[in-house]
Formats: sequence, structure tokens, C-alpha cells
Amino acid sequence: MSTRHDTAAPPVKEGGAAPGHRPSGTVSDEAAKKRARLSRRWQRDMRWSPYAFVSPFFLLFAAFGLFPLIYTGWASLHQVELTAPTDMSWVGLRNYTRIFDDDFFWNAARNTLTIGVISTVPQLLMAMGLAHLLNYKLRGSMFYRVAMLAPYATSIAAASLVFVLLFGRDYGMINWALGFVGIDNIDWQNDHWASQFAVSTIVIWRWTGYNALIYLAAMQAIPQDLYESAALDGANRWQQFLHVTLPSLRPTILFTVVVSTIGASQLFGEPLLFDANKGASGGSQHQFQTLGLYLYEQGWVNQHLGRASAIAWTMFLILIVIGLVNYVISRRLRASSSSD
Amino acid sequence: MRARTLPHLRLRGNGRSSAARRALAVAAVVSMGTGLLAGCADDGDSGSDGSSGDSAGKTTITLGLFGTQGFKEAGLYAEYEKLNPDIKIAETVVERNENYYPALVNRLTSNSGLQDIQAVEVGNIAEVATTQADKLMDLSKVEGVDKGDWLDWKWQQATTRDGATIGLGTDIGPMAICYRKDLFEQAGLPTDREEVGKLWAGSWDKFVETGQKYQEKAPDGTTFLDSPGGLILAILSGEKEKFYDAAGEVVYKDNPAVKNAFDLTAQAAEDGLIGNQTQFQPAWDQTIANNKFAAVACPPWMLGYIKGKSQPDAAGKWDVAAAPKPGNWGGTFLSVPKSGKNAEEAAKLVAWLTAPEQQAKLFAKQGSFPSAPGAYELPQVTGAKNEMTGDAPIGEIFAKAAEGVPNQPIGPKDQIIQQGLTDNGVILVTQGKSPKEAWETATKTIDNNLDQ
Repeated sequence: MSTRHDTAAPPVKEGGAAPGHRPSGTVSDEAAKKRARLSRRWQRDMRWSPYAFVSPFFLLFAAFGLFPLIYTGWASLHQVELTAPTDMSWVGLRNYTRIFDDDFFWNAARNTLTIGVISTVPQLLMAMGLAHLLNYKLRGSMFYRVAMLAPYATSIAAASLVFVLLFGRDYGMINWALGFVGIDNIDWQNDHWASQFAVSTIVIWRWTGYNALIYLAAMQAIPQDLYESAALDGANRWQQFLHVTLPSLRPTILFTVVVSTIGASQLFGEPLLFDANKGASGGSQHQFQTLGLYLYEQGWVNQHLGRASAIAWTMFLILIVIGLVNYVISRRLRASSSSD
Repeated sequence: MRARTLPHLRLRGNGRSSAARRALAVAAVVSMGTGLLAGCADDGDSGSDGSSGDSAGKTTITLGLFGTQGFKEAGLYAEYEKLNPDIKIAETVVERNENYYPALVNRLTSNSGLQDIQAVEVGNIAEVATTQADKLMDLSKVEGVDKGDWLDWKWQQATTRDGATIGLGTDIGPMAICYRKDLFEQAGLPTDREEVGKLWAGSWDKFVETGQKYQEKAPDGTTFLDSPGGLILAILSGEKEKFYDAAGEVVYKDNPAVKNAFDLTAQAAEDGLIGNQTQFQPAWDQTIANNKFAAVACPPWMLGYIKGKSQPDAAGKWDVAAAPKPGNWGGTFLSVPKSGKNAEEAAKLVAWLTAPEQQAKLFAKQGSFPSAPGAYELPQVTGAKNEMTGDAPIGEIFAKAAEGVPNQPIGPKDQIIQQGLTDNGVILVTQGKSPKEAWETATKTIDNNLDQ
């Protein structure tokens, strides 16, 4: 191979880029042609092969991501019923304009936000605390780590159904336990805040361990000398946590906040299964109906595919707004952390 | 420069194998893509392949069912296969109709993946009859099918405006009132089923008045009825019209019968006669197990449900009395999609399965009440007893109720309206809301859900 090393450095008179040049007279015309052909092939290879290699993902994405997305957008401009999905009648933006005065949509949006806050904030705080504890040298630390991940490996359906029983009004274990401290039966399914709290509990239970492990991994990557020098400067444990651990975890915290926010905005399985009714109304007064649930109710229970599509796109736009806000905040944070 | 020349050199060294590699990559991508597309296309095809002749030359008829229809358990398939040696029968069962029906609609609209015979629940039959009738066989034209074999209202439920009957009735749910003899006695009410029936004969108002009498001396912690949803449903099931009028228009808000049923239920709930439960939820099941209510609106299948959820000592403590007005709750139809390969044979099987003799056998085994009055004379029905109700002649009681059920128009969105009235309506009264507030929540929910 080294014999052809000369080809890499073309004579100036030929001009052009390295691969395209014609070799000088010592080689016969035929060989030159062959070489040129190979060279063109190589060029094509270099230009197109990468696309072929990444194409499986994009083909899949086009078939199962992009096409449904666009088709949903198209359907949202029509009145379509599930009983006759090909029978569309054009209604323009009516499915979107009606969302503005659709009390059920805004109720669902409010619920999604409040359940999101009630579930995400304590979840991340508890995850941080747990990670901090697990970061100490403990007997059987592997056991604790596995145990924390167990809820994450449980199916939503199984977990939710068990929680429904625990939160039962008349025969639930939680009300039974609360009875000993003198708290009367709480109607976990029908009371507005109680039901949202109960749904959030399922989310917290499932995701705290997962986030704790992410924090733990990031904590273990913090160099020990930072703590040592902080200790030398007279910082106690709490100050070390505030001034060493937390700043080092900033990107990780941001990641978990973004992931939890996305998860919270798509919340669906827990409230669906927490519903005492067979539909998807999220409680008899829609007190814990999330956007995902409302979308499902319109599309699959009420069979209004057009309306459901418009809700889906509106959710998508709301998510984009949330994403932008996240981006701005994270840039601010990064700017402030680099100036530290 | 170095980075750019290196692959260049390598290429020159073995251009041929690289071309082969590239061809392989392209082939892989292409095959993957086409495989995917083929995969999509295949899905529909293999689905509709459900029915086919097998190696022995037999015709296999497939049934798509939900819940426990019990044809197989009652030995009806085996019997039919014996009568028709060329036929083999196979069924696929989805446990819950909520999961079964959306898939059925999907398959009907795309006309693929269907079984030779599909079961349809009464709550969905109107929607299927109004939107999917062109995909289903008109079974009234099948040999041996006689309209007179079925109760008129059952036949009409599966008949379209053009007169095509797209489903043949299997079971129905004629309603009576199941009550606890022991609790009635403790509250000073009669316990004999004739006398109990007389307490409220002909009027749901009297039924609620009886409830008030019960509640005055009720055993601690019990209510007269199980749930508000059960009561409003029972009242509405016996009306001439409920949510749709005969012309097929939604009239639930203007129909005085609906508002009266709502108000009566709300009043009973405000007076504390009704447990604050939603039917078929775990908490409701526990009120059965713990004997928390004295009476419940009760089609034949409800006895099976009660039996499943009761403690053993509750056996024989129930009895069955006639409802104030007869109504129907539940029932199933069998339909035959036109696109099936064995549609003709399937239609014959449906006709056989829904004939009075087979319905009577099914009742004896499964407790699914026959929709063919011819079966009511058969010993399986006349001599029927239930463990929960002791020696009560339930076959006769329910048969009498079945013949009094009005021919009520049902509509495609009955279930949505009904669910709005119960789960977003009367249940709120048991939670301390005013009837007016409950009605407003219910109607607002229903109107939003109906709006296309």
C-alpha cells in the first residue's frame, strides 16, 4: 500500500483535490481510468454511506414518528370519528379554537401542572437525600441500590392497582392507619387535592429510586479532594453538601428536572388506572384528569379523532414552550456556574 | 491531511471488498426498510387469515368473543362439530369489552383482522348498526332464522333503519330486584317475594318510599340500595324512550323521563338510602361481601356476580322480586362480517347457537338468560334455581320480566350518556353535592363528550 503513497500528493499542474487527480505518465491509461473509477466510487462511498448507516433510525422515525405526527396534524383540521377514520370533513382550525373555551382542556392542563409539581418536587428532593445517604459507606449498599430501583421495574398497571386499594376510602390501608391518629376517612378518589396527592404518590414511589441512583452516580464522580479541602477550610457536613456536592451536581439536576418534566406532562397510566370509573374522565368531577387522559378520552372513549388530534398538537406546542423555558434556564445556570 | 489520506489508502488497497461491504450495507438497509413495510402490510393479511381450511379439508370457523359467553363451556361447539363433521370451531376471547370493542371497531373500519363471527355487546350494538352495517351480513335472510323466535325488542336492537338485522341475540338481562331477606326482616319489611313486589309494583317512587321505610329501622351501617348508578340505570331501562327518540335524535336533556329518573335517584341519595359506591369497583365488591346493602337492581347475571363476591354464609339469604317496571340491562349479539371466507357457514353456526334450545342449554350452564321466548318453556329455564336465592323460581321471574321489557330505542352514544349521568352525575350527590350541581356537571360532561 505504501507504494501508492505518492497519489496522496498530487502535482500542482493537475490541480483539483487529492482523490480526483490523474496520475502522471508512468501509469498506463487503462490503469488511470480504473483508478479514476475507484476514486469516484470512493467519493460516493464517503458521501453517501454514512447516510445509509444512519438511515434505519430515520426510516423507523419517519414511519412511526414523523408520519403519525404529520397525519395527526392533518386529522386535527378535520372532523373525524373513530368509527369511520377515512371519512374526514374539513373544519379548518375549529378543533383548535374550541380548545380556548374548553373548560375540560384547561382543567386537565391545570391538573397536569399541579400533579407535576406535587410529584416532581418532593421526588427529586427525596432522591437527593437518599443518594446522599447511600453515598456513605454502608453495609449491603448494593442491596439498597437494587431495592431502590425495584419500583422503577414494576409495571405502572400493577403499581397503580395496588395503590388504588391502599387509597381505598372505606377499606383502604392508608385510611385505616390514619384512623389511629384521629384523621377521619379521606375520600382519596373524589376529593380534589387528596386525589391529586394520591396520584402523585404513585409517581413519586416509582421514580424516586431511579433519580436517586442518577444522583448517586454523579456524586461518586465528585473528586474526594474537594471535600478534603473544604474540610480543611472548616466546612461541616451540611456546608460541604451545599457548597461542594450541589454545585457539582448541577448538570445532573438539570437533566433529572428535564426528564421529570417531560414525564409529568405526559402522565397517563397512573390517573387512568386510579379512576374509579371505567372511562377516562379522571374522577367524577375530572379532578385528576391529565392532558394525556383527556386526549385519550376524546379519541378512544368518545371517538372524536379530530378533536383528540388537535389536543395532541396543542400538547406538543405546550411541550415546546416548556422546552424553551428549560433551555433558557439551563443557559443561565451554566453561565452562572462558569462564573463561580 | 493525514486523517483524510488514511481511509483513502485503505480503499485503494481493497476497493473490491469495500464495494462488497457497501453493497451489503445498502442491501441491509433496503431489506430492513422493505421488511418493515412488508411487516405492516402483513399484519392485516395474516389477521384476516383467521379462517381457513385445514389439512383434513375441514372448514374452521373462528369466533371473536369478550367476557364469558360460555358457548365452549356449555359444550355447544363440540355438539355442533358432531352434527357437522366438516366444521371445526375456534374462539379467541378478550376478557373485557372495553378492550374488545375498540379493536373490533378498528378492524371493521379497516375490514381486516376480523373473525368469522364477532360478538357485540348491547351497549355497542346501536353504534355498530348505524356505522358498520355495510360490513356485516343481514342475518334475517339466513335460512332457519325466524324473527318470531326472538323477543321483539331484542330483534329491533340489532336491526338497522333499512331493515337489515346485523346481529342475532344470545342472552339478555331482564331486570328484577334482588333483596336480602334477613335485612328486610330486621327493618320490619315483608320478606315474601310476592308481597315485596307489591310494595312497589308499577312505580319507582314507591320503590324509593320503601327504601325510606327500610332506612328508618335499618340495621346499622346498611343502606337500602347499593349505588346511585344502579338505581338510575334500572329506572331508565324500563322507560319507553331514554336518551334517543324513535327518530334517532339525542333527546336525553329534554326527555322528562331522564330528568325524573335523575331527580328521584338524587333524592334517594340525599336521603341516605343509597351507598356511595360505583358499581363493579373493588370497594363496591366489598360492600357485597360485608352485607352493606339490602337490595340491588338485578338481571340474572348479577346473581352470578353477587355469588362471586359474597361470603359463603350469604348463600340462600337473597330473594328475587319483580322490579317496579320491567327493564333490560345487558345482553349480547353475534354478528358475521361479510368479508370472512366462511361467512355462509358462520351464519349457519350463529343461527344454530342462538336457537332457543341452545340458549336454554347456555342458561343452564352459564346463567345467561335466553332472548328467545321459546326457551322459557324448556325445563332448563322453568326449573332454574340459584344458590344465592334458595328455592326462588328465578327462571319464571326473569322470563316474566323479559316479556314486559319495552321496545326502547337505543342509540350509538348510549354508553357515554349513561356514564355521564352516573359517574359524573348522581354519584356526586352521595358525595355531598346538590342534585342541581350534579345535573349540571353531568350534562356539561356529556355535551362535551358528544360534541364531534
